[in-house]
Amino acid sequence: MNIVVCIKQVPDAKTVRFDTEKGTLVREGVEAVINPFDFHALEAGLQMRDTYGGEVTVLSMGPPQAENALREALSLGADKGILLSDRAFAGADTLATTYTLAKAIEKLGPVDLVLCGKQAIDGDTAQVGPGLAVRLGLPHVTCVSALSVLDDGKTMHLRRVNEDGYDMLELEMPALLTVLASLNTSRLPSLKGKMRARKADIPVWDAQKLGAEPGRIGLAGSATQVVSTSLPTFEARQEMLEGSAEEQVEALVFRFKEAGIL
Amino acid sequence: MTQVNYFLTEEQQMIVDLAWQIAVEKIIPVRAKLDEAEEFPWDIMKDMAQADLFGLYIPEEYGGFAKGCFENCLAVEQLAYGCIAVTTTFAASALGGYPILLFGSDEQKARYLPDITSGKRLVAFGLTEANAGSDAARIQTTAVEDGDDWIINGTKQWITSGGEAEIYTIITMTNRNKGARGATAFILEKGDPGFSFGKKERKMGLNASSTRELVFNECRIPKDRMLGKKGQGFIIAMRTLDLARPGIGAMAVGLAQAALDEAVKYARQRIQFDQPIISFQAIQHMLADMATRIEASRALVYSVARTIDAGANDVAKLSAMAKLFATDMAMQVTTDAVQILGGYGYMKSYPVEKMMRDAKVLQIYEGTNQIMRNVIGKALNKEYAKK
Repeated sequence: MNIVVCIKQVPDAKTVRFDTEKGTLVREGVEAVINPFDFHALEAGLQMRDTYGGEVTVLSMGPPQAENALREALSLGADKGILLSDRAFAGADTLATTYTLAKAIEKLGPVDLVLCGKQAIDGDTAQVGPGLAVRLGLPHVTCVSALSVLDDGKTMHLRRVNEDGYDMLELEMPALLTVLASLNTSRLPSLKGKMRARKADIPVWDAQKLGAEPGRIGLAGSATQVVSTSLPTFEARQEMLEGSAEEQVEALVFRFKEAGIL
Repeated sequence: MTQVNYFLTEEQQMIVDLAWQIAVEKIIPVRAKLDEAEEFPWDIMKDMAQADLFGLYIPEEYGGFAKGCFENCLAVEQLAYGCIAVTTTFAASALGGYPILLFGSDEQKARYLPDITSGKRLVAFGLTEANAGSDAARIQTTAVEDGDDWIINGTKQWITSGGEAEIYTIITMTNRNKGARGATAFILEKGDPGFSFGKKERKMGLNASSTRELVFNECRIPKDRMLGKKGQGFIIAMRTLDLARPGIGAMAVGLAQAALDEAVKYARQRIQFDQPIISFQAIQHMLADMATRIEASRALVYSVARTIDAGANDVAKLSAMAKLFATDMAMQVTTDAVQILGGYGYMKSYPVEKMMRDAKVLQIYEGTNQIMRNVIGKALNKEYAKK
């Protein structure tokens, strides 16, 4: 089974800070980690491979240091890591990102399953998975929280979480899934994996290597641009209501009505 | 702030990182529950196996990593930061495995080491008996030859991982007239006829670790289970303990570090007399002594472990020093941590009371600290006789 897992390096949510004046994330001193949902996509891929054989290839588009994320994936047991990195990829929105990832997956040859996290915790769009599926011409299911493969080794039974509950779906490979954290528990790295990951050769594919059209990658290939970012601020106000219990309740109800809550 | 540089290689740092990840992600979240329920940490053992930690000291030909006492200490220290009951189970597996590695025949190594490496089977070491603790020569478990078999009779006491482990290396008497030279080691397997387990002990601490009797009643095992030569049992036990004792020192360092971290964190937050209690010199000096003693112990443990790995002979004295100094330190540091947390420290909702209860065993098992002093004292006498 040929499995591709797409991962993204994101700022560690525990250490990230926001520069309110510049309206940007402070990147200095912030650790970069694998997007939490992507660990579960990787785990799903590794479990599939452990059961059905084949290979797990991990892809990441990002700056040169995203290589660390790929090495971590290798230490967990992925077979191959490929870094998609080129200055021309910078500023990509989901349109340009899915184009670039699709070019890389096409270059890898036929795949049975593409796995992505539900969304990245920095951009939060949840568009890359579905967008990539469309570009690859693959059927897809998002927000998968349970997964089993039938005896034919091709048909999957999936549980897709939605706002009201969940759907049970049947889907045949080749396909693309985006997964939730509740799908599985991520394994620990192994010492063998860490040693292998340290020495592993991680090829870097740039725009030329992918045969990507310059107008469809990076900022040039993006339909959207981030014009500004801001940190939401919540102003809290407190007011003590005075008087007897009845008067206080009346005052409270009045304020609820005023605020349109009642 | 600069940390002491112990010049770890990249691979050693990987071992530290991996063991740390297990401590933080797998051990700390469940340690209080395991302690309370006196539950054996099978899930964590599986995590350790998956992370390859059981094979650290085992040669590559058996699937291991051919690392030494030092790497074992590094792993144990990080794991002990989480919980020494869990770590004791891990360390006991090395204690049971070393005799096979050091004295086993090629056939025995091939039969047992791969499963020990992969974590598929846990190992335990059985020396202590009801009447043979510090005076190990008093063991009463016997092994008698009977045709092509050995028949074992007797009871081992307080055996770590008893009942849970699949493989046991035990020391028996094969010739009582020869005293210590009449002891012989054997490999036992769970399920051997006549081999059963006695009661599970209830303890002051170390509750996630299983401590049980091994009962041998006309237990018949084939000849090829004898480990090393007849009469070599004590040498096997002593060589094994010499290698394992720095690991107990490392466990003490990890535990004490965890207690210090809790104490400093608390002292910075706890307000009394309108200021955090860390601003009081009485508290500062306690913390300063704790931190200094931990670092001194770590330096001693690491140096001894590296000396062993460099191939030194006769390491009994150094090994005893690493165990003695670090474990006495851990008892003091965990006690002081409870003192700094005051009433909160005595409560089960804070982790330091468990650390203090657990610490005590470090001064007792794998040779009491009094025996450690005997070993060091005897070695000094011998050394100076030569001068």
